[in-house]
Amino acid sequence: MSSVLYDTPGPRAKRRNVILSVVFVVLLLLLAWWVWSALDDKGQLEWSLWKPFTESEAWTTYLLPGLGETLKAAALAMVIGLPLGAVFGIARLSDHRWVRGVAGTVVEFFRAIPVLLLMLFANEVYARSTDVSTENRPLYAVVTGLVLYNAAVLAEVVRAGILALPKGQTEAAQAVGLRKGQTMRLILLPQAVTAMLPAIVSQLVVIVKDTALGGVMIGFTELLSERATLAANYANVIQSFVVVALIYIVVNFLLTSFASWLEKRLRRSKRSTGAVLGEDTEINPAAIPGTFGTGENTGGGG
Amino acid sequence: MKLRKVTAAAAAALVLSLTATACGGDDKDSDTGSGSGGGGKIKVGIKFDQPGLGLKKPDGSFSGFDVDVATYVAKELGYEPNQIEFIETKSADRENALARGDVKFIAATYSINDERKQKVDFAGPYLLAHQDLLVKTDSDIAKGTDLNGKNLCSVTGSTSAQNVHDTIAPKANLKEYSGYSECIAALQSGTVDAVTTDDSILAGFAAQSQYKGKFKLAGLKLSNENYGIGVKKGDTATLDKINKALEKMESDGSWDKAVKDNFGPANYKNEPAPKIGVVVK
Amino acid sequence: MPSTYATHPEARDIVFDFISDYDNPTLLGAFWMTVKLTFFSGIGSLVWGTLLAAMRVSPVPLMRGFGTAYVNIVRNIPLTVIILFCSLGLADIFHVTMGASDFKVQGFRLAILGFTAYTAAFVCEALRSGINTVPMGQAEAARAIGLNFTQTLRLIVLPQAFRAVIGPLANVLIALTKNTTVAAAIGVAEAAYLMKQMIENEAQTLLIGAIFAFGFVVLTLPTGLILGWLSKRLAVKR
Repeated sequence: MSSVLYDTPGPRAKRRNVILSVVFVVLLLLLAWWVWSALDDKGQLEWSLWKPFTESEAWTTYLLPGLGETLKAAALAMVIGLPLGAVFGIARLSDHRWVRGVAGTVVEFFRAIPVLLLMLFANEVYARSTDVSTENRPLYAVVTGLVLYNAAVLAEVVRAGILALPKGQTEAAQAVGLRKGQTMRLILLPQAVTAMLPAIVSQLVVIVKDTALGGVMIGFTELLSERATLAANYANVIQSFVVVALIYIVVNFLLTSFASWLEKRLRRSKRSTGAVLGEDTEINPAAIPGTFGTGENTGGGG
Repeated sequence: MKLRKVTAAAAAALVLSLTATACGGDDKDSDTGSGSGGGGKIKVGIKFDQPGLGLKKPDGSFSGFDVDVATYVAKELGYEPNQIEFIETKSADRENALARGDVKFIAATYSINDERKQKVDFAGPYLLAHQDLLVKTDSDIAKGTDLNGKNLCSVTGSTSAQNVHDTIAPKANLKEYSGYSECIAALQSGTVDAVTTDDSILAGFAAQSQYKGKFKLAGLKLSNENYGIGVKKGDTATLDKINKALEKMESDGSWDKAVKDNFGPANYKNEPAPKIGVVVK
Repeated sequence: MPSTYATHPEARDIVFDFISDYDNPTLLGAFWMTVKLTFFSGIGSLVWGTLLAAMRVSPVPLMRGFGTAYVNIVRNIPLTVIILFCSLGLADIFHVTMGASDFKVQGFRLAILGFTAYTAAFVCEALRSGINTVPMGQAEAARAIGLNFTQTLRLIVLPQAFRAVIGPLANVLIALTKNTTVAAAIGVAEAAYLMKQMIENEAQTLLIGAIFAFGFVVLTLPTGLILGWLSKRLAVKR
């Protein structure tokens, strides 16, 4: 790989790179050795602690149902949050100042509050003044918290998507006699959501990660809290953490890969059907002046 | 949600009318069922993560002393084991679950105290436990004050943690985790010198095969914990039946067997079966 | 309830009375803890994130590989898992105590370690995107006058990149502020920890929610506005 920052290495640079590589490898090996020996020292490498994960029971009784709850909460949050976000995103582009103002305040408010606080609050409200059963309450609270926060984030994503569309789209729609609502519904929104699909899928990663908060803080029986039940059985705290972390990595890696595949596909199809998004259009909502917040994937999520 | 309320009300009305007719007919009925028995299910709240008391096992079944007591009581109420649906009731959720009627009763290391009695009714007690310490086999911690300056683990917000902090050993360095299995792991690795909570819970962990022979109970009776079965406030009919069931369990030897099955391997010296209705202060 | 305040000013004291019942931590103490967590983790992740970004653009393939792997792994793990692991794994198994014997201090420092490890991945990505905004000509010109890789990076590219990434970095900082609430999971007495206690024990659910929401708006809104203004002012004019 050549880069702007440096030349293709010559003999001296090659030698230096080799030395640096060797030093780096030695450091990594030292770290690995320290981890390994500490684990060994504490008897954490014993096969009996890892063995449960090679048997189907640990998966069918704890991990898979837990993962199921995690994905269920994430899917619900996205399915409810996206339309809500679209409404607020569009409202922020309204011609009426008070609509813009209200929508803007709501969006900025929920983006400023940690999703954990929203979950804790929803949990308590459901417990005190609704009919939701004790069993379902954590799921409701987690989904509510996620929806409130992510609808606000998705509102910005949708808004950025609409703003990024060429002006000609609106003008053409007006020229053929479409009303404002029709233009938004038939012309702008479909294109914006399609163009923003990769960003929306990336937001799913944030949502999946945030479900873990519900597991620890309000007793939602998702993957991370099933880990605790599992560890109570097999007495393998460290091992269960490693396995659960791996599951999260795999799931989120799949989502991320899907998002970038979508992005590539969209870029390709754009060439053939005429440009909807400019090649270097900034799709990060954080880049829009006058807003702030986590933006998509800039450190959001627990 | 509206619909559910209506169905619940309808079901309740149905159950009520059934019980009414059943009771009117014959008193012996209370032995075999509360009317809603037969084909229905009963929801019972337990813990899922406490070996020896309430644990969700890898095959999906449940084991522990609380589970055995709950199963026995449910049987006396007219439900076979396959009609019981166990629901996880975490400590903070117990009063709420009963008040809302999400579970019929709760057997989940539920200590009877005055504050809780204002919100729920308690049957039993069915076990007298004490706050105690779990230490390594070679540990020299012998009394509460030995904990001063030592590292101690308990569960966040638990009364045991509060107890140590306030009275037993204010100078102990307290580590709080969300679950006991994490505390036990910290004890094993030497990060903490002792874990404190009810001896029954500690015994359950000490008896796990992975930890066998590594830990011992210090045998201190730092408090009295009377485990009761929680029922909805005012549900005296169920309360009486559960009390009868518990009495029967203690008299027919099932109680001793359950204690032996669940705590036996831990070398846990349990208190004799408590007298139903007598709370030891 | 605003009408109550208007007609009975003394009612304000009764309504807010419960706050003074909490002294471990106090309301201000809890938010101060949030600020401290954010501050130290912010500095830590800026340092570690810059190192990671340097690795990701370095000529040594192995370092590039490590940087990429680190970012992709850490970004895909829930922060909650990382924070819990710092406490349960690092402290208990590896005896990483961060020089503290007192568990309260230890939890605080371990939380900072976890936040740093997590946030650094996002700082790294923000910086890398910033490096990409620096036109090729800049680096080419630097090399033409004989600067080597570290000099090019240190004197030419990074100063411009930092100015271009103030906006994205501000977003990372705001996200970090909100993310510090996860420390409640290992018992660090910060805002979410106190809110959980209060909201479970007091009747004024809505009021408590509003107080803590207000606290975070106060913490994050100025950050966003100031850094947003700064990023516009310092933007490299091209």
